[in-house]
Amino acid sequence: MTTKATDEAVQKVIFDGLAEVGADPEQINRDATFEELDVDSLDVVELAQIVEDEFGVRLEGDDLKGLETVGQVIDLVVERAQ
Amino acid sequence: MTDATVQTNGARAATERPVREGCALITGASRGIGAATARALAAEGWPVGITYRADREGAEALAHEIETAGGVAVPIAADVCDADAMEAAFERMEADHGSVLVLVNNAGVRDDNLAAQLDDEAWQRVVDTNLTAAFRATRRALRPMIRARWGRIVNVASVVGPRANVGQANYAAAKAGLIGMTKTVAVEVARRGVTVNAVAPGFVETKLTEDVSAETLGVIPARRAGTPEEVAACIRFLASEEASYVTGTTLVVDGGLSA
Repeated sequence: MTTKATDEAVQKVIFDGLAEVGADPEQINRDATFEELDVDSLDVVELAQIVEDEFGVRLEGDDLKGLETVGQVIDLVVERAQ
Repeated sequence: MTDATVQTNGARAATERPVREGCALITGASRGIGAATARALAAEGWPVGITYRADREGAEALAHEIETAGGVAVPIAADVCDADAMEAAFERMEADHGSVLVLVNNAGVRDDNLAAQLDDEAWQRVVDTNLTAAFRATRRALRPMIRARWGRIVNVASVVGPRANVGQANYAAAKAGLIGMTKTVAVEVARRGVTVNAVAPGFVETKLTEDVSAETLGVIPARRAGTPEEVAACIRFLASEEASYVTGTTLVVDGGLSA
Protein backbone atom coordinates (compact mmCIF):
# COMPACT_ATOMS: atom_id res chain seq x y z
CA MET A 1 0.00 0.00 0.00
CA THR A 2 2.36 2.68 -1.17
CA THR A 3 1.77 5.89 -3.06
CA LYS A 4 2.99 6.23 -6.65
CA ALA A 5 6.17 8.27 -6.52
CA THR A 6 5.44 11.05 -8.97
CA ASP A 7 7.62 14.13 -8.67
CA GLU A 8 4.69 16.03 -7.26
CA ALA A 9 3.76 13.38 -4.69
CA VAL A 10 7.34 12.97 -3.49
CA GLN A 11 7.77 16.71 -3.15
CA LYS A 12 4.66 16.97 -1.03
CA VAL A 13 5.67 14.12 1.28
CA ILE A 14 9.20 15.48 1.70
CA PHE A 15 8.05 19.04 2.29
CA ASP A 16 5.55 17.81 4.90
CA GLY A 17 8.17 15.52 6.41
CA LEU A 18 10.67 18.35 6.72
CA ALA A 19 8.09 20.46 8.50
CA GLU A 20 7.36 17.53 10.79
CA VAL A 21 11.00 17.21 11.84
CA GLY A 22 11.10 20.91 12.64
CA ALA A 23 12.08 22.84 9.50
CA ASP A 24 10.46 26.25 9.06
CA PRO A 25 7.67 25.65 6.48
CA GLU A 26 8.24 29.05 4.92
CA GLN A 27 11.81 28.21 4.07
CA ILE A 28 11.17 24.78 2.56
CA ASN A 29 11.68 24.66 -1.19
CA ARG A 30 13.60 22.51 -3.66
CA ASP A 31 16.69 24.69 -3.59
CA ALA A 32 16.92 24.93 0.18
CA THR A 33 19.83 23.04 1.74
CA PHE A 34 19.44 20.92 4.83
CA GLU A 35 21.90 23.18 6.52
CA GLU A 36 19.76 26.24 5.81
CA LEU A 37 16.72 24.41 7.12
CA ASP A 38 18.61 23.35 10.25
CA VAL A 39 17.86 19.73 9.44
CA ASP A 40 20.47 17.45 10.99
CA SER A 41 21.56 13.91 10.24
CA LEU A 42 19.01 12.31 12.57
CA ASP A 43 16.25 14.37 10.94
CA VAL A 44 17.39 13.02 7.57
CA VAL A 45 17.17 9.46 8.92
CA GLU A 46 13.61 10.17 9.97
CA LEU A 47 12.84 11.69 6.58
CA ALA A 48 14.13 8.48 4.98
CA GLN A 49 11.68 6.47 7.08
CA ILE A 50 8.83 8.79 6.07
CA VAL A 51 9.73 8.22 2.41
CA GLU A 52 9.90 4.45 2.93
CA ASP A 53 6.53 4.36 4.66
CA GLU A 54 4.92 6.37 1.87
CA PHE A 55 6.60 5.10 -1.28
CA GLY A 56 8.28 1.84 -0.27
CA VAL A 57 11.63 3.27 -1.35
CA ARG A 58 14.36 2.34 1.11
CA LEU A 59 17.16 4.85 1.51
CA GLU A 60 20.03 3.77 3.68
CA GLY A 61 23.74 3.87 4.35
CA ASP A 62 25.45 6.20 1.94
CA ASP A 63 22.39 6.95 -0.18
CA LEU A 64 21.83 10.31 1.41
CA LYS A 65 25.42 11.26 2.02
CA GLY A 66 26.53 14.14 -0.15
CA LEU A 67 22.99 15.30 -0.90
CA GLU A 68 22.68 18.91 0.11
CA THR A 69 19.41 20.22 -1.19
CA VAL A 70 15.82 19.15 -0.78
CA GLY A 71 15.48 18.89 -4.57
CA GLN A 72 18.32 16.36 -4.77
CA VAL A 73 16.51 14.08 -2.32
CA ILE A 74 13.25 14.40 -4.21
CA ASP A 75 15.01 13.48 -7.46
CA LEU A 76 16.68 10.47 -5.83
CA VAL A 77 13.42 9.12 -4.47
CA VAL A 78 11.63 9.55 -7.82
CA GLU A 79 14.53 7.84 -9.60
CA ARG A 80 14.65 4.93 -7.12
CA ALA A 81 10.92 4.40 -7.34
CA GLN A 82 11.07 3.72 -11.08
CA MET B 1 -1.93 11.74 49.28
CA THR B 2 -5.07 10.14 50.67
CA ASP B 3 -5.67 6.42 50.96
CA ALA B 4 -8.40 6.69 48.35
CA THR B 5 -5.95 8.14 45.85
CA VAL B 6 -3.49 5.37 46.50
CA GLN B 7 -6.14 2.74 45.95
CA THR B 8 -7.31 4.34 42.72
CA ASN B 9 -3.79 4.44 41.37
CA GLY B 10 -3.16 0.91 42.48
CA ALA B 11 -6.28 -0.38 40.80
CA ARG B 12 -5.45 1.34 37.57
CA ALA B 13 -1.90 0.08 37.55
CA ALA B 14 -3.05 -3.51 37.78
CA THR B 15 -4.97 -3.33 34.52
CA GLU B 16 -2.95 -0.71 32.74
CA ARG B 17 -1.89 -1.37 29.18
CA PRO B 18 0.82 0.52 27.37
CA VAL B 19 -0.50 3.67 25.80
CA ARG B 20 1.80 2.94 22.87
CA GLU B 21 0.55 1.19 19.78
CA GLY B 22 3.22 -1.35 19.13
CA CYS B 23 4.91 -4.44 20.38
CA ALA B 24 8.03 -5.89 21.95
CA LEU B 25 10.55 -8.25 20.40
CA ILE B 26 12.83 -10.34 22.59
CA THR B 27 15.58 -12.38 20.99
CA GLY B 28 16.60 -15.77 22.37
CA ALA B 29 13.48 -15.87 24.46
CA SER B 30 12.59 -19.55 24.65
CA ARG B 31 14.17 -19.88 28.09
CA GLY B 32 16.21 -18.17 30.79
CA ILE B 33 16.42 -14.38 30.96
CA GLY B 34 14.71 -13.97 27.59
CA ALA B 35 11.70 -16.03 28.63
CA ALA B 36 11.40 -14.22 31.96
CA THR B 37 11.58 -10.91 30.09
CA ALA B 38 8.87 -12.00 27.65
CA ARG B 39 6.61 -12.85 30.59
CA ALA B 40 7.34 -9.53 32.27
CA LEU B 41 6.73 -7.40 29.17
CA ALA B 42 3.59 -9.35 28.28
CA ALA B 43 2.33 -8.66 31.80
CA GLU B 44 2.86 -4.96 31.07
CA GLY B 45 0.50 -5.36 28.15
CA TRP B 46 2.97 -5.57 25.26
CA PRO B 47 2.33 -8.14 22.55
CA VAL B 48 5.66 -9.99 22.60
CA GLY B 49 7.59 -11.62 19.79
CA ILE B 50 9.66 -14.51 21.12
CA THR B 51 12.50 -15.44 18.82
CA TYR B 52 14.32 -18.74 19.20
CA ARG B 53 16.95 -20.65 17.30
CA ALA B 54 16.44 -24.29 18.20
CA ASP B 55 14.16 -24.58 21.22
CA ARG B 56 10.81 -24.52 19.46
CA GLU B 57 9.16 -26.51 22.22
CA GLY B 58 10.26 -24.02 24.87
CA ALA B 59 9.15 -21.01 22.84
CA GLU B 60 5.75 -22.49 22.08
CA ALA B 61 5.19 -23.52 25.69
CA LEU B 62 6.11 -20.00 26.80
CA ALA B 63 3.78 -18.42 24.24
CA HIS B 64 0.96 -20.69 25.40
CA GLU B 65 1.65 -19.76 29.02
CA ILE B 66 1.57 -16.04 28.22
CA GLU B 67 -1.62 -16.34 26.18
CA THR B 68 -3.28 -18.34 28.96
CA ALA B 69 -2.45 -15.49 31.32
CA GLY B 70 -4.23 -13.09 28.97
CA GLY B 71 -1.23 -11.81 27.04
CA VAL B 72 -0.27 -11.91 23.40
CA ALA B 73 2.83 -13.86 22.37
CA VAL B 74 4.22 -14.90 19.00
CA PRO B 75 6.93 -17.57 18.88
CA ILE B 76 9.20 -16.95 15.86
CA ALA B 77 11.95 -19.26 14.63
CA ALA B 78 14.86 -16.93 13.87
CA ASP B 79 18.56 -17.35 14.46
CA VAL B 80 19.74 -13.83 15.31
CA CYS B 81 22.72 -14.36 13.03
CA ASP B 82 20.40 -14.89 10.06
CA ALA B 83 19.66 -11.37 8.82
CA ASP B 84 16.80 -12.47 6.57
CA ALA B 85 15.11 -14.45 9.33
CA MET B 86 15.37 -11.50 11.69
CA GLU B 87 13.96 -9.13 9.07
CA ALA B 88 11.05 -11.53 8.66
CA ALA B 89 10.57 -11.58 12.44
CA PHE B 90 10.29 -7.79 12.51
CA GLU B 91 7.91 -7.77 9.55
CA ARG B 92 5.72 -10.42 11.11
CA MET B 93 5.38 -8.48 14.36
CA GLU B 94 4.79 -5.20 12.51
CA ALA B 95 2.08 -6.70 10.32
CA ASP B 96 0.00 -7.89 13.26
CA HIS B 97 0.98 -5.67 16.16
CA GLY B 98 2.48 -2.43 14.83
CA SER B 99 6.02 -1.15 15.20
CA VAL B 100 8.48 -2.88 17.47
CA LEU B 101 8.82 -0.22 20.17
CA VAL B 102 10.65 -2.39 22.68
CA LEU B 103 13.61 -4.45 21.54
CA VAL B 104 15.49 -6.70 23.94
CA ASN B 105 18.70 -8.06 22.49
CA ASN B 106 19.07 -11.08 24.70
CA ALA B 107 20.23 -13.96 22.47
CA GLY B 108 23.69 -15.04 23.46
CA VAL B 109 26.14 -17.91 23.25
CA ARG B 110 29.36 -18.96 24.97
CA ASP B 111 32.23 -20.91 23.49
CA ASP B 112 34.94 -20.82 26.14
CA ASN B 113 38.62 -21.49 25.84
CA LEU B 114 41.85 -19.90 26.96
CA ALA B 115 42.84 -17.19 24.52
CA ALA B 116 45.94 -19.14 23.54
CA GLN B 117 43.68 -21.93 22.31
CA LEU B 118 40.62 -20.03 21.18
CA ASP B 119 40.07 -20.71 17.50
CA ASP B 120 38.72 -18.28 14.91
CA GLU B 121 35.42 -20.08 14.65
CA ALA B 122 34.71 -19.81 18.38
CA TRP B 123 35.73 -16.16 18.35
CA GLN B 124 33.58 -15.30 15.37
CA ARG B 125 30.49 -17.21 16.46
CA VAL B 126 30.42 -15.54 19.86
CA VAL B 127 31.06 -12.04 18.49
CA ASP B 128 28.52 -12.52 15.68
CA THR B 129 25.76 -13.73 17.98
CA ASN B 130 26.32 -11.54 21.02
CA LEU B 131 27.36 -8.32 19.32
CA THR B 132 26.87 -8.11 15.55
CA ALA B 133 23.37 -9.57 15.63
CA ALA B 134 22.39 -7.14 18.39
CA PHE B 135 23.64 -4.26 16.28
CA ARG B 136 21.69 -5.45 13.26
CA ALA B 137 18.45 -5.78 15.22
CA THR B 138 19.05 -2.38 16.82
CA ARG B 139 19.56 -0.74 13.42
CA ARG B 140 16.38 -2.35 12.13
CA ALA B 141 14.36 -1.21 15.13
CA LEU B 142 15.59 2.37 15.32
CA ARG B 143 13.88 4.09 12.42
CA PRO B 144 10.32 3.17 13.39
CA MET B 145 11.15 4.12 17.00
CA ILE B 146 12.48 7.49 15.84
CA ARG B 147 9.29 8.01 13.83
CA ALA B 148 7.19 7.08 16.86
CA ARG B 149 9.24 9.45 19.02
CA TRP B 150 9.35 6.61 21.54
CA GLY B 151 11.36 3.46 21.83
CA ARG B 152 13.19 1.23 24.27
CA ILE B 153 16.18 -0.92 23.45
CA VAL B 154 17.69 -3.07 26.17
CA ASN B 155 20.85 -5.03 25.49
CA VAL B 156 21.65 -7.96 27.71
CA ALA B 157 25.36 -7.59 28.38
CA SER B 158 27.28 -9.20 31.25
CA VAL B 159 29.56 -8.41 34.14
CA VAL B 160 32.08 -10.26 31.98
CA GLY B 161 33.51 -7.66 29.66
CA PRO B 162 33.87 -4.81 32.08
CA ARG B 163 35.42 -7.56 34.30
CA ALA B 164 37.81 -10.30 33.30
CA ASN B 165 36.77 -13.94 33.20
CA VAL B 166 39.28 -16.63 32.36
CA GLY B 167 38.39 -18.55 29.21
CA GLN B 168 36.04 -15.93 27.84
CA ALA B 169 38.10 -13.52 25.74
CA ASN B 170 35.52 -13.80 22.95
CA TYR B 171 32.51 -13.42 25.23
CA ALA B 172 34.12 -10.54 27.15
CA ALA B 173 34.98 -8.72 23.93
CA ALA B 174 31.44 -9.12 22.60
CA LYS B 175 29.75 -8.02 25.82
CA ALA B 176 32.09 -5.07 26.36
CA GLY B 177 31.38 -4.14 22.74
CA LEU B 178 27.66 -4.31 23.42
CA ILE B 179 28.04 -1.84 26.28
CA GLY B 180 30.04 0.50 24.04
CA MET B 181 27.43 0.27 21.31
CA THR B 182 24.66 0.91 23.85
CA LYS B 183 26.23 4.21 24.89
CA THR B 184 26.82 5.59 21.41
CA VAL B 185 23.43 4.61 19.99
CA ALA B 186 21.77 6.04 23.10
CA VAL B 187 23.39 9.41 22.50
CA GLU B 188 22.51 9.41 18.80
CA VAL B 189 18.77 8.96 19.35
CA ALA B 190 18.17 10.45 22.80
CA ARG B 191 16.40 13.54 21.50
CA ARG B 192 13.75 11.41 19.84
CA GLY B 193 12.52 9.80 23.04
CA VAL B 194 14.30 6.54 22.27
CA THR B 195 16.37 5.09 25.11
CA VAL B 196 19.09 2.48 24.78
CA ASN B 197 20.40 0.74 27.87
CA ALA B 198 22.10 -2.44 28.92
CA VAL B 199 21.76 -4.81 31.82
CA ALA B 200 24.82 -6.66 33.03
CA PRO B 201 23.89 -9.85 34.83
CA GLY B 202 26.39 -11.71 36.96
CA PHE B 203 25.80 -15.39 37.67
CA VAL B 204 22.22 -16.20 36.80
CA GLU B 205 20.69 -19.66 36.87
CA THR B 206 20.21 -20.39 33.18
CA LYS B 207 21.20 -23.01 30.68
CA LEU B 208 24.12 -20.77 29.70
CA THR B 209 25.59 -21.06 33.18
CA GLU B 210 24.52 -24.58 34.16
CA ASP B 211 28.14 -25.76 34.20
CA VAL B 212 29.30 -23.01 36.58
CA SER B 213 30.57 -24.64 39.76
CA ALA B 214 29.08 -24.19 43.21
CA GLU B 215 32.38 -22.76 44.53
CA THR B 216 31.99 -19.84 42.16
CA LEU B 217 28.85 -18.82 44.00
CA GLY B 218 30.89 -18.36 47.18
CA VAL B 219 32.58 -15.26 45.75
CA ILE B 220 29.26 -13.54 45.21
CA PRO B 221 28.40 -11.24 48.14
CA ALA B 222 24.77 -12.34 47.94
CA ARG B 223 26.02 -15.98 48.23
CA ARG B 224 23.71 -17.21 45.53
CA ALA B 225 23.10 -17.03 41.82
CA GLY B 226 20.51 -14.62 40.53
CA THR B 227 17.28 -15.69 38.89
CA PRO B 228 16.14 -14.84 35.36
CA GLU B 229 13.20 -13.02 36.96
CA GLU B 230 15.54 -10.71 38.87
CA VAL B 231 17.18 -9.67 35.61
CA ALA B 232 13.85 -9.43 33.78
CA ALA B 233 12.56 -7.02 36.44
CA CYS B 234 15.41 -4.64 35.57
CA ILE B 235 14.76 -4.98 31.85
CA ARG B 236 11.09 -4.33 32.44
CA PHE B 237 11.96 -1.12 34.26
CA LEU B 238 14.32 0.06 31.51
CA ALA B 239 11.58 -0.67 28.96
CA SER B 240 8.96 1.26 30.91
CA GLU B 241 7.56 4.73 30.54
CA GLU B 242 9.06 5.61 33.92
CA ALA B 243 12.60 5.03 32.68
CA SER B 244 12.28 7.77 30.08
CA TYR B 245 15.29 9.74 31.37
CA VAL B 246 17.57 6.72 31.74
CA THR B 247 19.66 6.16 28.65
CA GLY B 248 23.14 4.96 27.76
CA THR B 249 23.54 3.26 31.08
CA THR B 250 24.33 -0.27 32.19
CA LEU B 251 22.39 -1.66 35.10
CA VAL B 252 24.49 -4.27 36.86
CA VAL B 253 22.48 -7.18 38.31
CA ASP B 254 25.03 -9.36 40.03
CA GLY B 255 24.35 -9.73 43.76
CA GLY B 256 27.22 -7.37 44.52
CA LEU B 257 29.86 -9.31 42.57
CA SER B 258 31.39 -6.31 40.86
CA ALA B 259 30.70 -3.79 43.62
